[in-house]
This record gives sequence, structure tokens and C-alpha cells, in this order.
Amino acid sequence: MPKKTIIPLRNPMPEQPPLERVHNFNEVTYGYSAEQAIAEARRCLECAKPGCKAGCPVNVDIRSFLERIEEGDFRSAIDIIKLTNALPAITGRVCPQEVQCEETCLLAKKYEPVAIGRLERFVADWEASEGLSNNPRQVKPSGKKVAVVGSGPAGLTVAADLARTGHQVTIFEALHASGGVLSYGIPEFRLPKSIVKREVDYVCSLGVEIKHDFIVGNTATVDELLETYDAVFLGTGAGLPWFLGIPGENLGGVYSSNEYLTRSNLMKAYRFPDYDTPIAIGRRVVTIGGGNTAMDAARTALRLGAEESIIVYRRSRAEMPARAEEIHHAEQEGVQFHLLTSPLRFFGENGRLTGLECLKNELGEPDASGRRRPVPIADSNFRIETDVAIIAIGQSPSPLISKTTRDLQTAKDGIVTVDKTSMKTSKKGVFAGGDVVTGGATVIMAMGQAKIAASAINEYLETGSW
Amino acid sequence: MYPIIRKRILSDIVKLFEVQAPLVACKAQPGQFVIVRIDETGERIPLTIADFDAQTGVITLIFQEVGKSTTQMGLLEVGDCFANIAGPLGRPTEIANFGTVVMVGGGVGIAPTFPITRSLKQAGNHVISIIGARNENLLFWQDRMERYSDEVIVCTDDGSAGRKALVTEPLKEILSSRNDVARVWAIGPAIMMRFATKTTQPFNVHTIVSLNTIMIDGTGMCGGCRVVLNQGAKFVCVDGPEFDAHQVDWENLLSRLSFYKAEEKVAMDHWNSHRCKLDPAISAAEKEAQELAKASSEGEPAGEAVIHA
Ligand SMILES: Cc1cc2nc3c(=O)[nH]c(=O)nc-3n(C[C@H](O)[C@H](O)[C@H](O)COP(=O)(O)OP(=O)(O)OC[C@H]3O[C@@H](n4cnc5c(N)ncnc54)[C@H](O)[C@@H]3O)c2cc1C
Ligand SMILES: Cc1cc2nc3c(=O)[nH]c(=O)nc-3n(C[C@H](O)[C@H](O)[C@H](O)COP(=O)(O)OP(=O)(O)OC[C@H]3O[C@@H](n4cnc5c(N)ncnc54)[C@H](O)[C@@H]3O)c2cc1C
Ligand code: SF4
Ligand code: SF4
Ligand code: FES
Repeated sequence: MPKKTIIPLRNPMPEQPPLERVHNFNEVTYGYSAEQAIAEARRCLECAKPGCKAGCPVNVDIRSFLERIEEGDFRSAIDIIKLTNALPAITGRVCPQEVQCEETCLLAKKYEPVAIGRLERFVADWEASEGLSNNPRQVKPSGKKVAVVGSGPAGLTVAADLARTGHQVTIFEALHASGGVLSYGIPEFRLPKSIVKREVDYVCSLGVEIKHDFIVGNTATVDELLETYDAVFLGTGAGLPWFLGIPGENLGGVYSSNEYLTRSNLMKAYRFPDYDTPIAIGRRVVTIGGGNTAMDAARTALRLGAEESIIVYRRSRAEMPARAEEIHHAEQEGVQFHLLTSPLRFFGENGRLTGLECLKNELGEPDASGRRRPVPIADSNFRIETDVAIIAIGQSPSPLISKTTRDLQTAKDGIVTVDKTSMKTSKKGVFAGGDVVTGGATVIMAMGQAKIAASAINEYLETGSW
Repeated sequence: MYPIIRKRILSDIVKLFEVQAPLVACKAQPGQFVIVRIDETGERIPLTIADFDAQTGVITLIFQEVGKSTTQMGLLEVGDCFANIAGPLGRPTEIANFGTVVMVGGGVGIAPTFPITRSLKQAGNHVISIIGARNENLLFWQDRMERYSDEVIVCTDDGSAGRKALVTEPLKEILSSRNDVARVWAIGPAIMMRFATKTTQPFNVHTIVSLNTIMIDGTGMCGGCRVVLNQGAKFVCVDGPEFDAHQVDWENLLSRLSFYKAEEKVAMDHWNSHRCKLDPAISAAEKEAQELAKASSEGEPAGEAVIHA
């Protein structure tokens, strides 16, 4: 039973004013001060059966870490989180808390839930600012070698866990930078790259080696890796962008969200021409989709200097899969939303995009995903003049590895088939986790699966039984 | 880091590097390419693997200075390093004994044509090669092409070497005079490939082009390199770079290639003004160094840059 007084509203998050932040790539939110964090943690009702923990995919002991914050013992708070969550500075920022830990917080039934994500971020940032992250213990080398493919959240988590048990771990990464979507997808203003670097550095400090420019499937195949490594973990994500398949899609100025965000984030096109990679800025940018990726693209467009940024989404606002905070921030920044709208065709002149024809929808019966299906309204066509369009409608795993690996089973859309209790694939010695086994999901899901995989890999390396 | 171990100046604007990249060298096959990055602020630049040697771990890159990145690359010297070289990327060329094949290499496109020509010859084909460039100065590797061809036709736009003709002229003559040509490869600037495609179309001969769309990752992750074929869009970096020429939507390819024209100029101007500010004497010094390098490379036995297995 709640033993504390109820404080209905959460402590607001200090942030850059919208009109200021649309002109820079600095992080939108500043984070709580220690006082704010303690005040927010005090709102927790210290439930005997905390719903929050059950709502977290990796079951962070939220109640305990909130108690430590309330006492001002930030060290213990971060240690509690890190027992099950390897990347709290990141998840605190990007988890969809409103459908996870905060949705199931008791307070959420009537009031605003405890700002668990913000507090998780607070202690993680506190630890970094103290500069005394736990020094890695020396462990006895096991003599076993593990190859991890991909340096996204899944790969980094597996690598850290296995290195801590004494295995020699090498991460193979196709790109020139580590972090996966954390580096090339999620923009600086939402997840500063210095934080990603900190996590990568930590993993390296455990003795993990990262080999960049190494495309598994091309530079070496999984079968070849298995000749030298005792086990392989595939954390290759869902990197294949989907297109709409509508006319005009290949005009200049039509981007996949992957291309647009990779140019801006990974290649730093927002600093062109100090950085070499260009990007089309556009006067009116249209982004198609309603997820985090779409929000990131639409907000990047404004920061690059577009006069207008429009989201075109086929369902209604309630169905948008993006984090609530990102939709809110996008609205604050002046992104316009054309909801219940489907793209029909792109128009262009001299090979360059000039417009997008759309159709209005109304909501019909729920579809397979449980969301109400958009049904086109006849003769509701209209046209948006636009010079840059970004398609952010999802992605699936790249077929590169499945095409070059013997006996690796995949399902629809190239999703690698695994046993969810061990993350074992159909191929002996090969495990997988993250977006490559779920399709585009979340950082915390990738991390959770990586944790399951790491313990199964440990067991496999010990017993040799599959 | 990937050190440059040898540099040759093939012409004012075409340079050759041999670079230590052992993982790429031991896997490379004809038709494949790498993505290189010069330094931290650099873009990812696709370049064909013009030659490779698994034993020494060396790959050969040949590039033409057409913009900021390639011009900056041309200033690198032996001992300098590329920050990144990723590969080998793309699907290898299908090599088999097809009978008689015609290889058309235009300008810097002679470089990617070479390893394919060599493999086709070794596979037992009768190889007729046509190499062309604007002028004599821009031609290279004629000797290497001769080694692996049964016949080599050289053309220049201005007649300074070989025939005064575009590569499509001898191509058309060959196709008109013999009916045993099983395949044609045409590799070079997009516009040349487009005209070669037009040339072979009436003869209904299977023609393969190696497309050079604008790329970023080179691994199938962005779709920026897409090309429109009869059956829909494909990603050049993973589905290509070689495609059936008669399926390619050339209009779309050319317009996508020129999409960043304005930005390319900005990049070049920005870089030039930066360089001049840093050191006004730099371009003079560079010119001198280039001339010296050229003089010294001319003293060497022409041709063979890498001893390959
Ligand atoms: C724009 C965007 C915004 C997002 N926002 C959020 C958010 O706010 N909150 C949230 O929880 N989730 C968000 N997500 C989803 C989240 O980022 C992913 O679920 C998560 O990154 C998956 O992690 P992963 O390790 O499985 O794969 P990835 O992060 O995709 O990493 C895979 C890595 O493997 C490498 N790789 C792939 N193939 C090969 C190969 N053959 N050889 C070598 N390396 C290879 C890739 O280069 C990449 O670095 C977002 C995604 C995007 C695209
Ligand atoms: C698979 C592949 C293999 C290639 N192999 C070689 C090679 O072996 N040698 C070589 O010299 N070049 C090669 N190219 C082309 C090379 O990548 C470009 O010339 C280079 O990226 C231009 O960069 P820049 O900054 O110097 O020029 P920019 O200033 O970016 O461009 C200058 C001019 O070059 C054109 N251009 C820009 N990017 C490309 C591109 N990717 N391909 C073709 N033209 C482009 C532009 O349309 C513009 O007219 C290859 C391209 C691909 C896709
Ligand atoms: S990991 Fe995500 S879901 Fe779990 S407590 Fe942290 S913010 Fe909430
Ligand atoms: S459910 Fe909410 S109130 Fe209850 S312990 Fe968790 S955070 Fe505190
Ligand atoms: S270059 Fe990105 S998909 Fe081909």
C-alpha cells in the first residue's frame, strides 16, 4: 500500500526552447539536476509489487534505484541499474517509457507516472561526470574466442558480457564507426554521439577489439569466422530500407530515412562543407511514416534549414509508433502533421522531385496489428509541393549474411530464426539477437536479447553442447 | 589505417595507388569495388579494385580527379594512409568461357575493365578489347590490356593515339562484321556506357555495364545507389555494380548522378579557399612535386604495377 503522499505531476525536464533548438543539433533536453532528480524520485510510492519493474523488458529494479536516488546515493542507484541494463545513459534517453516501465507505474493509473527514464539517464550521466566508472575487474582468460557481428546495442552488450567472463571477443563492423543505429540513425540532438562513444570505449576497456570496415558476408563469411572463432553472434540489425513502390520514387530528392539520417548523422552532412558529404536541404521536406525514424528525419530537416517540415502518416496520431516525447517535441518545433494521409505518387521535373500526390484516409476495422486500418476516401486526392521527401516506413534485416551463410534459417523479410530462450539460430555455434531477429524494434529489446544470448554462449562454450 | 605503398601518375588527372589492404586483397574478385575514406571529415568514395594480390595484401586503385574528394586523394603520397577501406563490395563478374567477348573501357573505366579482361582471357575466351580516352595523355594500361587480349583497338577523341574515334565506332564495326560475339562489357563514364548500350542494342548482344551511382555505405543499407531497371529499382552496391545494359533507365541514372552538382561545387570551392589560406605556396609546391613524381615514374618500365599471382 502506498505509504507516501501522492505528488500528481512530474518534475518538468529542462530543455532548449523549441525556437532556439531548431537551429542547432545540440541535445534537446538538458537532464535533471541532482535536486530535481531527488524530488522526482520522492514521487515513487515504493509499491510492494512494483508494476514498473514488470513493464521494463530487462526488469530493472526500479523501485530500489529510485530509493537510492532519493537518499542521494547515486552510486548505488547506477550500480542497481547496471545489474540488468548495460546502457542506461542510452535507454534513459530513447526507451519508449510510456509503453514500458512508466505505463505500468502505479501512479500512471491516475496521475503522471514517475519519470523513470529521466532518472535512469540522470544517474548514468552522473556516473560519467564523476569519471569513476567501475574499473573492469581482471578476469581469467577462458581461452575461447567469440566473433560478434555488428556494433549496435545488441553487439556491444554481448561483447561486454562475454569479455567479462574472460572470453576473447572481436566485433566485426561494416561501417567506419561503432554503435549501429545509435551512431548512424538516432540524431545528435536526441542522443549525443559522445554518449555512444563512452559506451563503446567502456566495451573496449574490457579488452574487446572492434574491427571496422569488415563486412561479414564479403570480407569473410560466417562459415569462415567459425574456422577461427568458437562462437558467432549476429547483431546485424535491420538495415534494409523499405520503399513505397509508388511512381516517381527514384527521382533525385527522394531519400530513404536510412540514407537521409546516415548522411546527416554518420557522415555529418549537417556540417557540410567542413565535412565532405552533402545533403539536400530542401524548402519543404515531406517525411512519410510515423515512427521514431520519421520524427528524427522531420526534425533533422528543420535543423538543416528547411523552411517547412511535414509528416505524412496514413493512420491517426494515436497509432503513431514513435515515442510520445518525440511527437511532442516535433510538434513544438513546428513539424506539421498530415494524418490519415497516404502517398500516391511523386512528381518531378528534370529528374528532381517537385511534388507528392496524397490521398486522405478514414479509420476502419482493426488490422492484424490491432490498429485500426486506414481506408482511402474516394476522390480525396491532393498535392503537396515538395523538393525533398524521406521515406521512413520501416526496414528489415539485410539479406547479405543469410545469403552467404550455410544452414542459417530465416523467416519472412529475412528475419533470422532463433530459439527465443537461448537466441540460438539453426546453425551450430551461431547466435543472434536484436533487430535481426525481431525486425525494427527497440534498443532495450536488442539489449535484453543480447543478455540472453551471452549467457547461452557462455554455457555453449563451457559444455560444447548445442 | 591503410598505407599507400606506391603512387603513379598516369596522367594529369588520373592517378594510381597501391594500398596495403590485406583483407580486401585476399578476397577480391574481378568486378568488385571498395569504399574508401581519406580522413575523419571525408566522404565514403567507391573505387573499383583495379588489381589485387592476395600474397602481398596489396590492392590497386586508379582514379580520376573529378571533384573535391578525388582531387584531395590525388595529393596523398607514399606513406600516407587512408582512414578506411572497406570491401570487397558488390557481386563479382560472372567469369566463364563465353566464346568471343568484347571489352570496352573508356577513360578511367579502363582500370575496372582490366581484371575482368584478364580473368575472361584466362577462362579461354577470345578477347577483343577497345580502350579509349579523350586524348593520349588520358590513356593507360594499354600494355596490360594487350597482354590479356587477342586484339586491342585504341581510340582517342582527338586522334592523338590510335584511331580518332569514339569507342562505339569500332564496337559497331566488330558487331557488324562478326556474329560470334557472345558478350560485351562496357565500362566507363555513364554517358559512354549509355552510347555503348545503344550501339549493341540492334545486334541483340548481351551487354554488361558497371554502374557508378552515388553511394554512401556500399553495403545495401541506404538505397542511395539505386538504379531503375525494367523490372524495378535495384541497389547497385549489392545487386551490382554490373547490370544488363539493355535494362537500365539511363535518363534516371544520369539525373541521379548530377543531383549534387551545386553542393559538389561548394565543396570544391570551400576546400580550395581553405587550402590557399593555410599555405599560399602549397599549390606551387604541389605542382612541382607532381612533376617530379611524373618524371621519376616515366623512368620506370611502363605498365606492370603489381606482380600478381
Ligand atoms: C532513426 C531511428 C530512430 C530510432 N529511435 C529509437 C528510439 O528512440 N528508441 C529505441 O528504443 N529504439 C529506437 N530505434 C530502434 C533501435 O535503434 C534499434 O532497435 C536498435 O539499434 C537495434 O540494435 P541492433 O544492435 O540489433 O542493431 P543496429 O543498431 O542496427 O546495429 C547493427 C550493426 O551491425 C552492422 N552490420 C550489419 N550488417 C553487417 C555485416 N554484414 N557485417 C558487419 N557489420 C554489419 C551495422 O553496420 C550496424 O552497425 C530507432 C531506429 C532508427 C533507425
Ligand atoms: C562502384 C563504383 C566504382 C567506381 N570506381 C571508380 C574508379 O575505379 N575510379 C574512379 O576514378 N572513379 C570511380 N568511381 C567514381 C568515383 O567514386 C567518383 O568519381 C568520386 O566519388 C567523385 O568524388 P569527388 O568528390 O571527387 O567528386 P564530386 O565533386 O563528388 O563529383 C564530381 C563529378 O563526379 C560525379 N560523381 C560524383 N560521385 C560519383 C560517383 N560515385 N560515380 C561517378 N561519378 C560521380 C558527379 O556527378 C560530378 O559530375 C566509381 C564509382 C562507383 C559507384
Ligand atoms: S531500461 Fe527502459 S524500460 Fe527499463 S527502466 Fe530503463 S527506461 Fe524503463
Ligand atoms: S510502480 Fe511507480 S510508484 Fe510503484 S514502485 Fe514503481 S515507480 Fe514507484
Ligand atoms: S550505397 Fe547505400 S545501399 Fe548502396
